[in-house]
Amino acid sequence: MSVHDLSAAARPNAPTTTYRYDEFDADFVRERVAEFREQVRRRLEGSLTEDEFRPFRLMNGLYLQLHAYMLRVAIPYGTLTARQMRCLADIADRWDRGYGHFTTRQNLQYNWPKLIDTPDILDALADVEMHAIQTSGNCIRNVTADHFAGVAADEIEDPRATAEFLRQWSSLHPEFSFLPRKFKIAVTGATHDRAAILAHDIGLRILKNDAGDIGYQVMVGGGLGRSPFIGKIIRDFLPRADLLAYLEAIMRVYNRYGRRDNKYKARIKILVHEKGIEAIRDAVEKEFASMDRSVFSHDPEEFTRIAAYFAPPPYESLPAVSATLRAARNDNPALDNFVAVNVSPHREPGYAIVTVSLKPIGGIPGDATSAQMRTLADASERFGFGELRVSHEQNIILPHVKQDDLPALWRILDAAGLATANAGLISDIISCPGLDYCSLATARSIPIAQEISKRFSDMSRQRRIGKLGVKISGCINACGHHHIGAIGILGLEKKGQESYQITLGGDPTFSAAIGEIVGPGVGAEQVPDVIEHLVDFYLAEREEKETFIDTWRRVGHARFKDALRREGEDGAYI
Amino acid sequence: MAAFKNPQILLASDLRDGEVMFLGASGWERDHRRARVALDAAAAAELEKIGHAEYASNHVVDVYLTDVEIEPDGVPTPLHYREKMRIKGPSVRRDLGKQATGA
Ligand code: SF4
Repeated sequence: MSVHDLSAAARPNAPTTTYRYDEFDADFVRERVAEFREQVRRRLEGSLTEDEFRPFRLMNGLYLQLHAYMLRVAIPYGTLTARQMRCLADIADRWDRGYGHFTTRQNLQYNWPKLIDTPDILDALADVEMHAIQTSGNCIRNVTADHFAGVAADEIEDPRATAEFLRQWSSLHPEFSFLPRKFKIAVTGATHDRAAILAHDIGLRILKNDAGDIGYQVMVGGGLGRSPFIGKIIRDFLPRADLLAYLEAIMRVYNRYGRRDNKYKARIKILVHEKGIEAIRDAVEKEFASMDRSVFSHDPEEFTRIAAYFAPPPYESLPAVSATLRAARNDNPALDNFVAVNVSPHREPGYAIVTVSLKPIGGIPGDATSAQMRTLADASERFGFGELRVSHEQNIILPHVKQDDLPALWRILDAAGLATANAGLISDIISCPGLDYCSLATARSIPIAQEISKRFSDMSRQRRIGKLGVKISGCINACGHHHIGAIGILGLEKKGQESYQITLGGDPTFSAAIGEIVGPGVGAEQVPDVIEHLVDFYLAEREEKETFIDTWRRVGHARFKDALRREGEDGAYI
Repeated sequence: MAAFKNPQILLASDLRDGEVMFLGASGWERDHRRARVALDAAAAAELEKIGHAEYASNHVVDVYLTDVEIEPDGVPTPLHYREKMRIKGPSVRRDLGKQATGA
């Protein structure tokens, strides 16, 4: 079934590390678009009712929101080519309102498409091997991965080959089209978790065992939303050859025992929580032992075939440290700060990973204009083998930039309003669209992010505060990951007003934790004050090199809560 | 049926483009100022009936009544902040949605 264009790998400056759809994928996507075009036609002429049409619309990523339809485009494991980014910009201009919103699932959302235009948009996406499949419904959703995949200095293996392997397995699997609920998988191949794998239905951590073989630690039952849980280890080390078989065993156990009677109890996390990880492990191992595994016997070859698409680009041999960059940093404090905060170590000497923040002070987290998308596409071609990544933190990554090129890249980003040096700092806020766009929202989240960002607009103060994840959701569905924010903010409705519940101590990494509520909700206008008091308390209490979360863990819930209580008049901000 | 407490208007989304619409005196309006206001339960039921028929004939989706108050100038304004948002557009992008066209 596979015909791949390996010639791309040989061309310098062509995107070399992106999986190219084979003809099978391409035909499948085109067929789906043609099918949807016909469904839209029938809906508009009235021969399909909304009840009949809704599942088709959702299968193609099209939602109805507060002001318009919304189209969610899949960006598998967050990897994009320059050509794809340009296409996203063109769609924004031609059929939407000139911008797009990058989401916490490494996808892109358009907020204003018309139903009648959607088939054309999907065709335009198909031209660049993109689609909106698996972005909605009770299926295995777009698999996410570490956005530093393939380049991180702390990586054992590029997780995208695994993610792609799983994408192919899950996207067409008949057993998995009608699961009890949506199902999310994330993969990391590094020693630091940047993909929040413990907050997923299945989290995979690539490991090397003592014999030097590569396999997976498998976590199951993590998830956010109404009932948040941290994933639990179901297998310490799973050999790669068994990956699909084992995941299929998990899916079968879930399909068999997962509750379909109650939407709020249907996720695998509830099953794991109710039955206990030991019982689920026993059931999965039993299923795994008894299943016919001959169908998986070609998996290793298939994996190798897919992995070839994620081969590294043709790097130059460079000195580990760039003298050009050092000199430029000395001359330009803004560049110096940008490099200190937004640039991460690359596995290849002389290269760097650049995080382009989509969180300008007071801006809308995750939004990029079509002009900015084009700037990023051009910059990736000029400086980074034409490849970009979307992070679940709603930023864009340029994964292969020569350190020598950082000054020139910075100038381009700065001119486009894309050089905010706040990656990982307090104004690098994750925020879902909330009530400004989302029909499920109970409160707004974007304006809260904007106000906090403005409150901490002094960049030197932000750097003094250090790494601090603020995450905001506009309803209990937790698309803004508030449960795993060191500071989490959840927008709710209380007595007909927007009200915000603050949680502290959430952690998206391998030391994952769900944040704890520190008191009753507060009004929107109070949120920046509350955050500021929490931060001030942390700064006063922190010991050397402690991050906010370290201090929270050492000092404890009661004292943070007390600090807030003492700060307010008659006992309370919260 | 819930007791009738406040005047109501009927909202829906246009099937074609998803834009919010309001049932007016003679069909759907894109400006809430032209919405027909139900002042009692019978009038609200009448709005809902028309809404259901319009949904069934595939002109609109997501049809529902919402409580409003009548401003001194006679304009109905939703009581709930969600619908207040829907008559305008995103509060973080004043250049988009109905508010951008002066609605
Ligand atoms: S968390 Fe709620 S408000 Fe935010 S995007 Fe998800 S469903 Fe919408």
